[in-house]
Formats: sequence, C-alpha cells, structure tokens
Amino acid sequence: MQIVAILAPLIVTATIVLTIGAVAFTRSHRIMAGLSSTGLVLALLGLIPASITVPIQVTPLYIVDGFGLFYMALILIAALISAILAYAYFETQSDYRAEFYILLLCATLGALSLVVCSHLASLFIGIELVSVPLYGMVAYAYRDSVSLESGLKYMILSGVASAFFLFGMALMFAASGSLTFTHIGQNPGGSQLLLLGVGMLVVGLAFKLSIAPFHLWTPDVYQGAPGPASTFLATVSKVAIFAALLRFFQTSPVAQNAWLHVLIIALAFISMLVGNLLALRQNNLKRLLGYSSIAHLGYILTAIAAGGPLAATAVGVYFAVYILTSLGAFGVVSVVSSPFTGTEASDLSNYRGLFRHQPTLAVTLAVMMISLAGIPITFGFIGKFYALLVAVNSGLWWLVAALIIGSAMGLYYYLRVTFILFGAYEGDAQKSLTESSSRTAIMALSLLAALVIALGIYPTPLIDLVNVAGIAVPA
Amino acid sequence: MILVWLLLIPFVAGALCYALDSSRGQGASRWIALIGSGLILLIALALWATGNYHLTNAVQGTAQWHTQFQLEWIPSLGISFHLALDGLSVIMLLLTGIMSVLAVASSWGQPRNREGLFYANLMWLIGGVVGIFLAIDLFAYFFFWEMMLIPMALLVALWGHDGSSVAAKRAAAIKFFIYTQASGLLMLASIIGLVIVHYEQTGAVTFDYQALLQTSHGGAFGMVLMLGFFIAFATKLTTIPFHGWLPDFHTHSPSDSSVDLTGVLVKTGAYGLLRFALPLFPHASAEFAPVAMILGLIGIYYGAVVAFAQTDMKRFVGYTSIAHMGFVLIGIYAGTLLAVQGAILQLLASALSTAGLFLVSSQLYARLGTRDMRSLGGLFGLMGAMPGFALVFSIAALGMPATANFLGEFLVLFGAFAHWPVIVAFAAAGLILAAVYALYLLHRVYWGPPSIKTPTSGLASREYASLLLIVALTLIIGLYPASVLQVTTGTAHEIAHWFAGPVSAVSSSQP
Repeated sequence: MQIVAILAPLIVTATIVLTIGAVAFTRSHRIMAGLSSTGLVLALLGLIPASITVPIQVTPLYIVDGFGLFYMALILIAALISAILAYAYFETQSDYRAEFYILLLCATLGALSLVVCSHLASLFIGIELVSVPLYGMVAYAYRDSVSLESGLKYMILSGVASAFFLFGMALMFAASGSLTFTHIGQNPGGSQLLLLGVGMLVVGLAFKLSIAPFHLWTPDVYQGAPGPASTFLATVSKVAIFAALLRFFQTSPVAQNAWLHVLIIALAFISMLVGNLLALRQNNLKRLLGYSSIAHLGYILTAIAAGGPLAATAVGVYFAVYILTSLGAFGVVSVVSSPFTGTEASDLSNYRGLFRHQPTLAVTLAVMMISLAGIPITFGFIGKFYALLVAVNSGLWWLVAALIIGSAMGLYYYLRVTFILFGAYEGDAQKSLTESSSRTAIMALSLLAALVIALGIYPTPLIDLVNVAGIAVPA
Repeated sequence: MILVWLLLIPFVAGALCYALDSSRGQGASRWIALIGSGLILLIALALWATGNYHLTNAVQGTAQWHTQFQLEWIPSLGISFHLALDGLSVIMLLLTGIMSVLAVASSWGQPRNREGLFYANLMWLIGGVVGIFLAIDLFAYFFFWEMMLIPMALLVALWGHDGSSVAAKRAAAIKFFIYTQASGLLMLASIIGLVIVHYEQTGAVTFDYQALLQTSHGGAFGMVLMLGFFIAFATKLTTIPFHGWLPDFHTHSPSDSSVDLTGVLVKTGAYGLLRFALPLFPHASAEFAPVAMILGLIGIYYGAVVAFAQTDMKRFVGYTSIAHMGFVLIGIYAGTLLAVQGAILQLLASALSTAGLFLVSSQLYARLGTRDMRSLGGLFGLMGAMPGFALVFSIAALGMPATANFLGEFLVLFGAFAHWPVIVAFAAAGLILAAVYALYLLHRVYWGPPSIKTPTSGLASREYASLLLIVALTLIIGLYPASVLQVTTGTAHEIAHWFAGPVSAVSSSQP
C-alpha cells in the first residue's frame, strides 16, 4: 500500500535513473525530451491508484493524503509544461541539452516529496532537492553572463535562506524535542525559543517563496534565467514550498500562536503592496511577472493568515489559478524568446503588435494577463474571489484593503501589457515559430488558455476536487 | 429559457465576429452584429408587449418575477446561475436593444482595422450589459459587472478617437478600468460580507438575491456593507467624487460614438441602486439618503457648470449627463413610488437625449474633422437636417415639457418634495443652469457667423433613421409615459415598500 501511495515520486525517480543512463548512449534532444515527458505523464497517471490508498503514513517522514496528491498533480503538470517549453527553447542550441531535463526531473522529485512531508527533516531534504538543481537550471545558458549571474545570485541567497531554516529547525528541536509537525509546540515550556525557531523557519521559507521583504532576488533571477527555468522556478518550486508551509501551519500546534499570526498578516500585507507597486514601472515582461508573483503570493498568504478549512480550499484554488496562468505567461515569453540567436525577448517592446503575426500566442498571453488581474470569465477571478472570501470571513480588514488597492494597481500593468500586444506592429525581427518543437509548445499553451477560461466559467469540478483533497492529521 | 437566449445571442454573435476577423469575410461581421442586436431588441419588445408586470407581492416581501431561469453553478458556496425578469429589467433590456442597434448603425461603414474583432468586442460588451440586467444571483451579477470591462477597455484603447494619441487612449481605458474595478471589488467585499452575515443568521450559504433580502443587519456594519454597493454604483453613475473617469473616457472613445452609446448603458448603475442597494439595505440606505441626495444635488450643479466651460463637444455631453444623473440619484433616494418612477423615466430620457447628442457630435466630426466648439459656428442650414436634430436633443436635455426628460425631472421633484422640500427647491433651481448650457451649446455651434463657407453633405438615410428613432422615442415617452410607467410600477412599488418605513423615520427626525 505504501508503495502504491508514493507511486508518482517512484516513477519520477526511475525516469531520472533512466535519463542518466540514456545520456551515456545518446544525447539526442528529442529522445531526452520524450523520455522525461513520458516519465512525467506516467507519474501523473500513477496518482490515480494512489488516490485509493490515501490517507496513509509512509515512514515517519511522509504522509500521503488527498491534499498531497492534489499538489502533486499541479507540480507534475507544471513540470511537464516546463519540459515541453524546454524542448522548444533549447532546440536551436547545439551543445549540452540533455542535462537540463535531468535537473528538471530531480527538482520535480524534490517538489513531490515536499508536498507530503510531515517532518522537518523531510521538509529540509525536499527544499534542498528543489533548490540545488534549480541553481543549475537558472545558470543553464552559461554563455550569457546575465544567466550565470542570476544563477550565482540565486545560489547564494538560497544558501542563506537554508541556513536560517536549519537554525530555526535546531531551535525548534531544542524547544520541543521532536521534528514531527504535530509534536512541535505540543508541550508547554521553551516558548521563546520555539517562537524564534518558527520565526526563522518562516523567514527561510519566505526567502524561497520571494515574499516581501525577502523578495530582492526575484526580478533579477527571473529575468536572467532561461525561459523554461523561470517557468519552473515560478510555478513548481513556489507551489511545493507553499504547500509544505500550509501543511505545517494546519497541523502543527505552534501555528496557533497569536504573534505568528500577526507576522503572517504583515508579510501578506507587505507582499501585496510591494509586489504591485514595484511592477508598475517595469518594462521587462519577466521582471514584471516576477514582481506580480510576489503580489500573488501575498494574496495566497491571506488564506494562511485566515486559517480553517475554507482557507485550505482557497489556497488550493488560488494555486491552481497561479500555476495555470504563470505557466501560460512564462510559457509565451519562453516560446517567443530565442536566446542562442539573439537576446532573450523579454522586453515589452518585443511584444508590440504580437497579435499581428502570432495571434494564438498573443491571445494566450492576453488571457493570462486578464486572469492574473482577476477579471471574470477567467479562472483568476475565481481565485481572487476566494482570497477575498476568506479574508472577509475572518475579518482581516487590513488584508481586504490591501487586496483591493493592490489589484487596482495591478490592473495598470496587466492592461498595459494587453494593450501592447494588440498595438501597432513595429517590425522587430522575430524568430519564426514554425518548427515542430515550437508548434507543440504553442498547442500546449493555447490548451492552457482554454482551460483558464473554461474553469473561469465553470469552476465547480476543480473546487469539488480541492474540497475532497483535505489535509490528514496523523494521530 | 428566453432569458438564456437573450444572453447567448450577443455572446455567440461576438464569437462569430471574432471567427471572421482574420478571414476575408470581415465585412460580414457588421451584419452579424446588426442581426444580434436586432434580435435582442425584438425579444425585449416581445417581452414588453406580452408580459403583465403589474403584479406585486410587496406585502409578503418577496419579489415577483415574470420569468426566471436557474442553474447550479458553484453549489459548495450556494452560487447559482439565476436569471429573472421583472418590469424594470424589461425596460432596461429594451433600452439595451435600442442602444445596441444604434451603436452598430453608427459604426456602420467607418473604415477601421480588424473590424471583426471590433464587432466581437462590441457584442461581448452588450452581452455583459444584458447579463447585468438579468442576473439576480449576486455572484452572477458581479461576474457580468466586471466581465463587461474588458471589451469596453479594449474598444477605447484600440479603436479610440482617431484624433487622440495612442498613449492617451490607453490611459483613458486604464483609468476607466481602475475606477470601476476598484469600486467593484469594494462591492464584492460587501457581497461576501452580506453572505456571511446571512450565514451567521440562518446557517445557509447563498448568494441568491431573494434569500439575502431577508437578512437583517443593523448599525455600522450594515452601513459599511451598503457603502460598498453604493460606491460601485456611484462610480458607474458618475456621482461627484467618483466621476473622474468619465471625461477622458468620452473624449478618447471611438469617433463614431458607438461605444458612448453603450457607455450610456453603463451609467445605469442606477439600476444596481434600485435593484440591490435599496432593497438589500433599506435601513442603511434611509440613513444615507440625505448624503446621497446632496451628492446628487452637487452633481446637478457641478455637471452644469463644468459642461459650460467645455470646448470638446463629447466632453460637454458627458458632463451634462452627470447633471442628469444627479436627478436620478435624488429620485432613487427619495424612495417614494412617484420619485422612483421618475428616476426610472429620467434614466431612460437621459440615455436617449445623451445618445442623440453623442451621435450628432460624431456626425459633425465626420464632416468637419473637429469637435472643438471654439472653431464651430453658424452651422444651421449648412448641414442638412442635423442641426435641427441637435436642437431637439438640446431642448430635451434641458427638460422641456413634451419630452421624456421633463416628465422624469418633474416626477422626481414632485415625489421627493413631501419629505425633502429644501433639496427639491435647490434641484429645481438647477434646471435653470441646464437651460443655460443647452442653449449656449446651440448658440456657439449652430448660430452666429458661419465657420464653413459651403454646405456639407446632409445626413445619410442610416444616420437620419437613427436620430429620428431617438426623437420619436423621446416624444412617445414624453407624451404617453404610461408605456413605461405601467411596466415598472410593480418594481417601483416594491422598492417604495422596502424603503417606506425607514425613510419616513429618518426624514421626520430631521429638523
């Protein structure tokens, strides 16, 4: 039973071994991409038998429940799309393409383990397993100094965050004598030490999630990383770490602390305002998306601050929104870019009049922008509705105000991008997107856009799914 | 089922227009748009002619719907796709049908890029407006309320006035969008707050209008919730502190006025006040009534005075509509049967005369290439029948008897006088200013030394028919108001009933 429950991570592990072995025989880009996407699809299918066994404790370190499986599905979909994007992106590059997929699969495995961890040790292993391959992915276009620089930047700051995290873990262990979520803070005493520990843990995670005021690395890294790596960083790593944070807060007794509650509210408030404010004047689409992701994580933190079963639903819905729209938006950037024949096409001027010569991509990006802005008929509205619902329900009026002000500011830059897409075409040299690799990516992206609109009109299936996927509390 | 058709027609027509966009069949899109809006008008006419809207259940405190349609949407939150129709919505739909036919007609034959996409956006905008007038689930209502913003903003940003710079058009669209979205989110927060209060009282989560009507919420919290609704509607209604988007919007909107006509519908935020703000929050609304009426009063004077100083004709028309909406606001918050009926009538009348003036100004622009009133003059007799129409719309806008505008203003003032004599006195004095600005417009543009030497081409039959339709409707409603009042009487009764107790309590306590 335990094997079936963790079928998806096992399949991903097998795929990693297989791809490492395959590199010895062939470095064909097509085979590597095919192998890794097949592995990811199989892992996605592996969630179906696993759903019968849940909830189940797998070793003291992991607990597989509906919640975990739901986030696993989100992670696998995001990883799959990233792999498809990478196939289109690296097709024009001549050397060392295979390793990117191995790194991507390793990081995916880390993410899969994060969403089911019930112990601080497994949490730490998961975080490192996500972060270390990401250093390589971010710096993958190593001939481009910007990419290299952002890889280094991410590595150093991520290391600092991990140090915070480890120290926090040590303090919590000293205070409560256990690293299991449900035991931390259970017995009274040592509360000062415990709070300091949780505080450091939150700071470490906030670094990785780029929650303000720990967001300074985000725009540079998003801008410098190759398109598929930014996509992966913005989706898979965020959702995995956040899911772990949510599980910690919903199951650990220490989360009942009032002081911690205030800390989360403050982080959410600052993130919403800072993210939107800094995005206003950006002329680089990847930087803009980076800042907007800070704001969106602020909206999601609102749900953590609220707590309760409704909050878990809100987080699930909002993350589905965030994953789909970020994948779409970063995906378009990554398809339009051609890093090895010129520079990364992330300046807004590259997108002027995109509608004229790439209508599908332009409409996809427009749908994603409108969804990020949270306007009805897109899924983004449902997400924003839930964020507002939990905030009002818990009477968090400061966060309601920040949400309203933040999303009014957000409109300015989202609409600016949308209008630019439909504006007059100014004849930049554009990469021709006729190769089959790009066509697959464009097809995947337009599917995402269709999904964003379909779920925006009829979100019930997803909401029901999220409601079923509850967090199990081990006895 | 007929209600679903009303919604499907514009959305399907829009999708068809979009599908034709990149092909050679672009020219067909305008026909599809015309057929789509014509069908809306026909269905609305049929509903108006055949339905019986006198019935009212005010005594039991439940709304009386003529037809309704309900479908599960998000059951876990008690959200359903609930559409319903009563007299007020029939009248609003009729107006929507007329305005959309006029909008398509006014955009006919204008050269523009990506015509298919243009008409697609126009139809989706109209679809959103139809949704607003039909939805009575608060979630569904908000859904349409916000959804309509995207096509509207795109229309202004991409096909805006050809004399404006690209940046100015985009800025105007974004400004409009931010005003409405920010105020809209306040309303959404209020809706959620209301649902939660209802949940705490009954244990049932629902967004349905009828269920929420039974919620009682007193004191400061009820007032805060009501204000969320009020600010959202007041922004659309261009009530004074929330009117900032309007002048830029009308200045930079497409030259042919097609979007201004549908923009007039947006100002039916008054519909939202009548349907939601008053019945849901009778006590808070009654307490707030003096403030709202004073805001209306300020609007009457502010709109008139600022209109007087304008040089751009469309901006001028925009400001005059602010003044008209001041009367509407006073009528709504007076809350008597007569005043509410007057407010509805004034809403229709203002929409018609404003639409007429917008059309005239864009026809003027098409012939002379300018809307600047400083460079115009003496046009009477040089432009065929157009100045004559302008004269009719201007005197309608100033509220001359025999026009619908007169009746609307008269009923509002008459209905409000019993409780609010001082406000009515000031509002009536504001009518003088209306006469001044309307005549000043006529004087500057149509009389005096002529600005052009040779007569321009007269009205095309399409333009003539559009203007004639508006004049005819203004006169029909003005001379036989029962055509409207009979239909809305049930709804107005209900609103007056909800409001009667609280408002007399408040006004009698005033010194």
